[in-house]
Amino acid sequence: MNKRRFATLSVMAVLAAACTSGGGETEGPLTEVGDGEGALSIVAWAGYIERGETPGYPEYDWVTGFEDETGCKVSVKVAGTSDEMVSLMTEGGGQYDLVTASGDASLRLIKGGTVQEVNIDLIPSYGTVDDRLKDAPWHTVDGKHYGTPYVWGANVLLYNTEVFTEAPTSWSVIFEEQTLGDGQSNAGRIEAYDGAIAIADGALYLKAKDPSLGIDDPYALTADQFAAVKTLLQGQRELAFRYWHDTTIHMDDITNEGVVASSSWPFQVNLLQAAGEPIASVFPSEGVTAWADTTMLHSQSQHPNCAYKWMEHSLDPKVQGDVAAWFGAVPSVPAACTGNELLTDTGCATNGFDSFDKIAFWKTPQADCFGMGGECVPYSQWVSTYTAILGGQ
Amino acid sequence: MASPATASRSRSVRLSASLARRPRLRLGLLLGPPALWLIVVYLGSLFALLVQSFFRLDEFTGVVERTFTLDTWKRFLSNPANWVTTFRTVAMAAAVTIAAAILAFPLAYLIARYTRGRSKAWLVLAVILPLWSSYLVRVYAWKTILANEGVINWFLTKLNLTALLEGVLATPVVGGPSLSASYLGQFVVFVYIWLPYMILPIVTALEKIPRSLMEASADLGAKGPMTFRKVIWPLAIPGVVAGSIFTFALTLGDYIIPQIIGNSSPFIGLAIYAYQGVAGDLPQAAAFSFVPMVIMAIYLAFARRTGAFENL
Repeated sequence: MNKRRFATLSVMAVLAAACTSGGGETEGPLTEVGDGEGALSIVAWAGYIERGETPGYPEYDWVTGFEDETGCKVSVKVAGTSDEMVSLMTEGGGQYDLVTASGDASLRLIKGGTVQEVNIDLIPSYGTVDDRLKDAPWHTVDGKHYGTPYVWGANVLLYNTEVFTEAPTSWSVIFEEQTLGDGQSNAGRIEAYDGAIAIADGALYLKAKDPSLGIDDPYALTADQFAAVKTLLQGQRELAFRYWHDTTIHMDDITNEGVVASSSWPFQVNLLQAAGEPIASVFPSEGVTAWADTTMLHSQSQHPNCAYKWMEHSLDPKVQGDVAAWFGAVPSVPAACTGNELLTDTGCATNGFDSFDKIAFWKTPQADCFGMGGECVPYSQWVSTYTAILGGQ
Repeated sequence: MASPATASRSRSVRLSASLARRPRLRLGLLLGPPALWLIVVYLGSLFALLVQSFFRLDEFTGVVERTFTLDTWKRFLSNPANWVTTFRTVAMAAAVTIAAAILAFPLAYLIARYTRGRSKAWLVLAVILPLWSSYLVRVYAWKTILANEGVINWFLTKLNLTALLEGVLATPVVGGPSLSASYLGQFVVFVYIWLPYMILPIVTALEKIPRSLMEASADLGAKGPMTFRKVIWPLAIPGVVAGSIFTFALTLGDYIIPQIIGNSSPFIGLAIYAYQGVAGDLPQAAAFSFVPMVIMAIYLAFARRTGAFENL
């Protein structure tokens, strides 16, 4: 065989292999839940599906009871980012049944046909879900539900209480240069999240600061609005010590590098406070962005009955409260806010339960502006722009 | 009467006899599996990568469309951020390589020329010892060392030299709010991590230089610096270039150090990771993956001419 023919053949082989994977059909949702299939695999965030195996915390277990009751043996695949979740689900070909997708992933899964509609009539506890979340746009499209809400949490403004004698009321401390309480500039002492979705933080700030831009939804930005946010974030680049995505490095920067303000998660705030650091957090007046996760079902799931049983189980107030306590999140079932030992009765308020109207939940920016009309900047452009901003451009 | 043992022996005798008569088959059996590995696993995956870069991402659904298109390459090449990222990475790789060569040469010379037996073994061990511990642990340790409240700062405070550090950090471009969040800190960590890969090839090159050449140089009246310039350095160049291939390629591809040390400015590895892992844009990531490969191909073509591959 000559060399060229061999090369052509291998191209075709690779192409053929690449083309056979992917693509799924939906046959409509289940009409009744039968016996479990004996197994269930879930793609989840670290700490979302716990069976009490973290040393010292055996009480954080919401899997063992489910397995005993239903006979569905649960296996978990931990994913680190929303995009890892999307690729696991799209490339997995039905290998995974469920995914705890955040709002910046869920619409991509729905539009890509990777997840299927869920018949909420088969999930009795759906009625107990927070009314504010029942038809949320990141899991309900055209009146069809694509999953059950799991838990949610806010991106708060973390600050150092020694530098800020009074809690800051605006996100401006991480966006615009200013003199802080200790008489020094905030330059080199603030951080922001290292992910394109953080552009929405800037959009939310501009929405309040500059109404003439006409920003309504921080995830649906026109080219002009996007350009304004980009300018703001280029200014932030000059001030930022670093952009964080690894929580350990983030906390180290606050402890050892003199970073005094940052967008952050309640998870880190809790850990830093527990370590005795002078740290607190607020929901600034402009509002906050937040993540809300949905348990979604793969369109080619091999274990739909077990999956429906898990979705029902995941809405149990005890499970909801335990997950929220473990992760610093807010339950999607309000009943979980009272009487949970691990979360305590103040847990929901601390994590943001009452600040719902100040919250803009993460959702993947779409070119069609979520059907609201007009043309918006799509997510892939958010990513390339954010990379450029971080590179000083 | 043939027992099973003699039967199997006669079979193996026949087999080896027939193999002995067919040298090409013998060679094929010996080299087949590794060659297959090289072609299928190694080149095959590179090839799959290349094919990916001719697909495109549907911006609406985030699903990769598997039809041939040049869109991805157009988008990739027309994005100035990608060029800046490439320049930043190449500049860092070059700076790290030069610094590593300058640091490594005297040490390699000491190991190759002035030590033997046990003391040489100890020195070589000292050079490669850091490679036995986890790379991640060492990089995280450097973050603590370089931090504003870290060891270096503490030491300078004791010596009343904090003004010096502040001056260094105030330098445009290389400075920053903290050593651990500056290009300078990044550079220091890169050099530290890749230095052993520079030292060892230089040792090999220097050991190959016959002592008689230096004696001849001295007999002909050349003093130390002249001998170095005319004899040692030309013969050591292949070793330096071999080491530089490692330090340059490793810096070019690294995506851990820029994540932990530095001011979050993207490097090639980080950008690929962001395209693939964050944006789910595999075609863009595949296209970007070819940049370091092209750079290395050019570099290797240049290195081959110096005879560096004899010192790897």
